[in-house]
Amino acid sequence: MTTVKTIHTIPTGRTPMPEQAPQVRATNFEEVALGYTLPEALREADRCLECKKPRCIAGCPVGIDIPGFIRAIAQQDMRRAYEILRQDNPLPGVCGRVCPQESQCEVRCIVGIKAEPVCIGRLERFAADYAMAHFEAETPSMAPAGKKAAIIGSGPAGIACAADLARAGVDVTIFEALHMAGGVLKYGIPEFRLPKSIVDREIALLKQMGVTIELNTVIGKLFTIPQLMQEKGFDAVFVGTGAGFPKFQGIPGENLNGVFSANEFLTRVNLMRGFRHPEYDTPVGMGRQVAVIGAGNTAMDCARCALRMGAEAVTVVYRRTQKESPARAEELHHAMQEGIQFQWLTNPVQILGNADGWVSGMECIRMALGEPDASGRRAPVEQPGTNFVIPVDTVIYALGTRANPIIAKSTPGLKTNQWGYIELDEQTGMTSLPGVFAGGDIVTGSATVILALGAGRRAATGMLQYLGLRPAEASAEARAAKTGA
Amino acid sequence: MSTGYRIVKKEVYSSVTYMWEVEAPDVARAAQPGHFLMVRINEEGERIPLTVADFDRQRGTVTVVIQAVGKSTREMMALAEGDSILDFIGPLGEASHIQKRSKVILVGGGLGVAPVYPQLRAYKELGSTTLSIIGFRTKALVFWEEKFRAQSDELHIATDDGSYGHKGFVSQVLQMLLERHRDTEEVVAIGPLPMMRVCCDVSHPFGVRTMVSLNSIMVDGTGMCGSCRVTVGGKLKFACVDGPDFDGHQVDFDELMRRQRRFQREEQESLQQYEEECRLLGRTA
Ligand SMILES: Cc1cc2nc3c(=O)[nH]c(=O)nc-3n(C[C@H](O)[C@H](O)[C@H](O)COP(=O)(O)OP(=O)(O)OC[C@H]3O[C@@H](n4cnc5c(N)ncnc54)[C@H](O)[C@@H]3O)c2cc1C
Ligand code: SF4
Ligand code: FES
Repeated sequence: MTTVKTIHTIPTGRTPMPEQAPQVRATNFEEVALGYTLPEALREADRCLECKKPRCIAGCPVGIDIPGFIRAIAQQDMRRAYEILRQDNPLPGVCGRVCPQESQCEVRCIVGIKAEPVCIGRLERFAADYAMAHFEAETPSMAPAGKKAAIIGSGPAGIACAADLARAGVDVTIFEALHMAGGVLKYGIPEFRLPKSIVDREIALLKQMGVTIELNTVIGKLFTIPQLMQEKGFDAVFVGTGAGFPKFQGIPGENLNGVFSANEFLTRVNLMRGFRHPEYDTPVGMGRQVAVIGAGNTAMDCARCALRMGAEAVTVVYRRTQKESPARAEELHHAMQEGIQFQWLTNPVQILGNADGWVSGMECIRMALGEPDASGRRAPVEQPGTNFVIPVDTVIYALGTRANPIIAKSTPGLKTNQWGYIELDEQTGMTSLPGVFAGGDIVTGSATVILALGAGRRAATGMLQYLGLRPAEASAEARAAKTGA
Repeated sequence: MSTGYRIVKKEVYSSVTYMWEVEAPDVARAAQPGHFLMVRINEEGERIPLTVADFDRQRGTVTVVIQAVGKSTREMMALAEGDSILDFIGPLGEASHIQKRSKVILVGGGLGVAPVYPQLRAYKELGSTTLSIIGFRTKALVFWEEKFRAQSDELHIATDDGSYGHKGFVSQVLQMLLERHRDTEEVVAIGPLPMMRVCCDVSHPFGVRTMVSLNSIMVDGTGMCGSCRVTVGGKLKFACVDGPDFDGHQVDFDELMRRQRRFQREEQESLQQYEEECRLLGRTA
């Protein structure tokens, strides 16, 4: 006898995620969210109504078969759950942890209308972690297709593109500028949110699939793209170099000692393991009273790293309100729990320094949200006479990034837009140079892991067509079906 | 490439200055005067910027000259010929824009003598008249005199204590040469910040363009972090992608010198700890 599941028969509340207590985790770099146990995952999977017309899938940028993988979890067929995820997402363990589910899949979940939506992200993470712990990774060995592709950058876009190409038998080499593969997943997002072992396993999988990774290789400097194609025999190139050029505001005092870009702070802490200085040689140089400017994921990561590095007080300053904050809801929530202070509707006007040139404070002004601008967002406007000083000795800029100019400068004929991002042909996904494709933050500007993954995969499809390894029509159809277009 | 990069030759120029010739054929092929590298010796190490002092495309090697000032550079000095280092990333930065000049003055101070050399050679190859000034604290620290002599129409050596060549600073010799050679078209000055700054002050009244190489504090060396930022001509620049060469008359040296002290405390602590460890292990630091 089977009973039909309805909104009334399932548990209303979401299954809580086990977490380290805020006071404890604020002093360590271990993962905050511990992951569901099997019973917890089964309980949460049971909340999915397995809709005939699932609304959640349309919210997923890569169109994962969400009810499919959740059903597999409910049936305790974890291998299938993982396989379903992997069909559309090469990094489920990463995305389950860092995707903004509340604005993608979960916001559309039908259960969310009457109760709280299904915890799709947490289940995704569960399936990936379960697979990692219990199954040998199977690596299909494809017959070599006789083509060579170069991937520039080992972030999510590059990883996704490399995986798809390797699966099709292409001989793939990833060139990475840094001494470590993984892009932002490694140098930016901290350990307590995304353990590096998760990323490392994905990289190891790529290598098992036959992908070569050349670290310490800055394309545009050591080799140029034309050299890769003409001298090194690569038939196609994918540019997935991210958008890692930090922005400042241009206010007085930004070059004082104690002012960092988020990237400098995070690379010192994460990539260079400065949180374990002096065991690791790279110092971080943080003070005790820290201000972080901006309220996105990067800002939350900086604020929470600063706390874990021993800051006495950390204040996030943002010119709009909490509602406009682009950070994942969970990160904001966690940051608040940990004791990060927030000054909403506040904008810095100058950074003050002492006689020795170190930061001694930050002068701010209160803002109010004005009329909606062209994009429909309400622009913040200064409230005259509301200036005040926050006493800080460290200021971290998390205002986003711009395009790094190295590739564009060294690649004649590569078309970029006015901000330096690479332009693509909508039809083929190719850049202005034949055989050169691009995707991820270097095309869109700072976005998300899942969008970068999706872009990497789309480029791989285009590259396979370009290389004559996949008929053009078939895949265009598949893509249209996928996106529901 | 996890095997690292081999130090094929090491020469010690003084108790604190040493040279490595590192096997890195791809880097050697792409290197130009003015480029720099990011170097990390082991997993725990820092990424340290080092300016290219020479490169030999046939041998597939790149030469760097290093001064042991902190923990990392001391530790590096303890490495021997045949040892390998983990990361040797480059060439980075914009190459020097070297164009034929009828007359150029090249000034190297201390460690800065090394990175001036490839520029000197490039100017000579273009047929410029090259006047070189190299300066050291004392005679015992002098290196590359013959290398410089071979490429220079005039070579001047200065030591602070007068133990060799002119007594005094390279900037004083620069002043003298600029007065004597009014047809000088360009000055290149590389060395410690105070030295580059004084050279710029000296050349400014002569209206001769003076290029300096700024080795500011870096993390990635690829434009990602902004640690290396400097103000040049009132504008924000990243030394690692916009430089490291800049028009010295436009550089805000006050700010740069202040920024160079950002990690003084941590560096001091690391160094003390390293010396303590060496002492306990019975090694010389
Ligand atoms: C601190 C932080 C937190 C974030 N948090 C989230 C989050 O919670 N959720 C989310 O969805 N997104 C988040 N993002 C955004 C997300 O990480 C990015 O959108 C995504 O990583 C972009 O992927 P990518 O592959 O395009 O580039 P990247 O991840 O930036 O990777 C690019 C790689 O290319 C390398 N490279 C660059 N130039 C060259 C060159 N010339 N030669 C060789 N290699 C080169 C770089 O070193 C880097 O490794 C965050 C970003 C940051 C900075
Ligand atoms: S919309 Fe919600 S309930 Fe329906 S299939 Fe998707 S996750 Fe399950
Ligand atoms: S060293 Fe990081 S941007 Fe220059």
